[in-house]
Amino acid sequence: MWKRDEAVKPAANPTPAAPAPITQPAATVAAPQPMETRPMSRDVVNIGKSVVIKGELAGSEDLTIEGHVEGKIELKDHVLTIGPNGKIKAQVYAKAVIVLGEVTGNVAATEKVDIRDGGSVDGDIISPRVAIAEGAHFRGSVDMQRKAVPTTSASPSQPQAGKSAAPAAVAAH
Amino acid sequence: MALSDLFSLRRRPDTEEGAGSDVPAQPTKALGKFLSSLQSRSQPVLLDLGPVVGSNVTFFGEQLGCKIFVENLFKDVDRHVQEGRLEDLPAWFDQRFSKPDASVDGILSWDLFDYLDKRTGSVVARHLVRLLKPEGALFAMFNASEPRDTDESHYTRFVVVDPTSLQYRPYRALQSRGRVLQNRDITRMFEPLRITDQFLLKSNIREVLFRKASVPAGASPATTA
Repeated sequence: MWKRDEAVKPAANPTPAAPAPITQPAATVAAPQPMETRPMSRDVVNIGKSVVIKGELAGSEDLTIEGHVEGKIELKDHVLTIGPNGKIKAQVYAKAVIVLGEVTGNVAATEKVDIRDGGSVDGDIISPRVAIAEGAHFRGSVDMQRKAVPTTSASPSQPQAGKSAAPAAVAAH
Repeated sequence: MALSDLFSLRRRPDTEEGAGSDVPAQPTKALGKFLSSLQSRSQPVLLDLGPVVGSNVTFFGEQLGCKIFVENLFKDVDRHVQEGRLEDLPAWFDQRFSKPDASVDGILSWDLFDYLDKRTGSVVARHLVRLLKPEGALFAMFNASEPRDTDESHYTRFVVVDPTSLQYRPYRALQSRGRVLQNRDITRMFEPLRITDQFLLKSNIREVLFRKASVPAGASPATTA
């Protein structure tokens, strides 16, 4: 958080390094102004809420989207954040995806998908870790691609039912 | 991994859901048996008909290796109530389930059927029976006490604490709980599933575990689905 403060102080960072270009092979930028690429400390690019992108979006740095994107987003080794104003209709591939806005489409992350309070995902998620906050909306499937966890036997042991406060059991049919 | 091992992997409370972490846990008897049935399958497919609960997704995904489909049917009910089209609900649910026959290993319907009228409940139950694989399991809860007039409408998020306990977290609803379903009505509604376990808890909740019969020898799954 304190790094962000540093980044907005012009004196502290007078000539920020230009962010790596975001490739948009088939992109149509339908915004009245050019895409806001605000360099922050640690190479984070911000796509502002007035920006609309249709096509393929790929990059090699962390990206925050507050605008609209339709198509495909690929940030293989980086973090994609869909801000509260962000609306995405796209297939998303990234290292980690944080959703505070709306995503319609499948999301694949190599590390984590995090749907925060107010965030919405309509689509299938593939990621080893998934966190969904209580106020989040999600409809779709979650595949956590569990690594081969050793299974001890085909016949599972019974849980410790009965040790807890024993409810009255009704005879099974 | 044996089911008892899950205790050792007991989750720390999710920070996102910390607000509900002080809700006392209620015992559950049928959930453990439901988990056992999933655990005996390789990469089981789970269909959750309740509101999405992040820690449940983690529990079933990370610890049981399930592929989880979240279909919050309570939202569909509320939307129809809000639009004053409750009579359209059976037709809606008749088109709602697009998955192929016998494609799901386990279904968590929680207490959904307490909020559906008989006709709607029958439509949903018919589709759930269709979706379930042979030897698949369905975990359902039914309230055994009539709702009081003073009760505010609410649904419940059921948060898995461990295989023997659940947290009940109520949240506001537009639809009220209906009449108590009799055991015979429940049995008929889910035919040909058979009830393998049924428990009446002190909280007046009936937990019921249904199973679909296995494929008879010589029959292909497709013909029995």
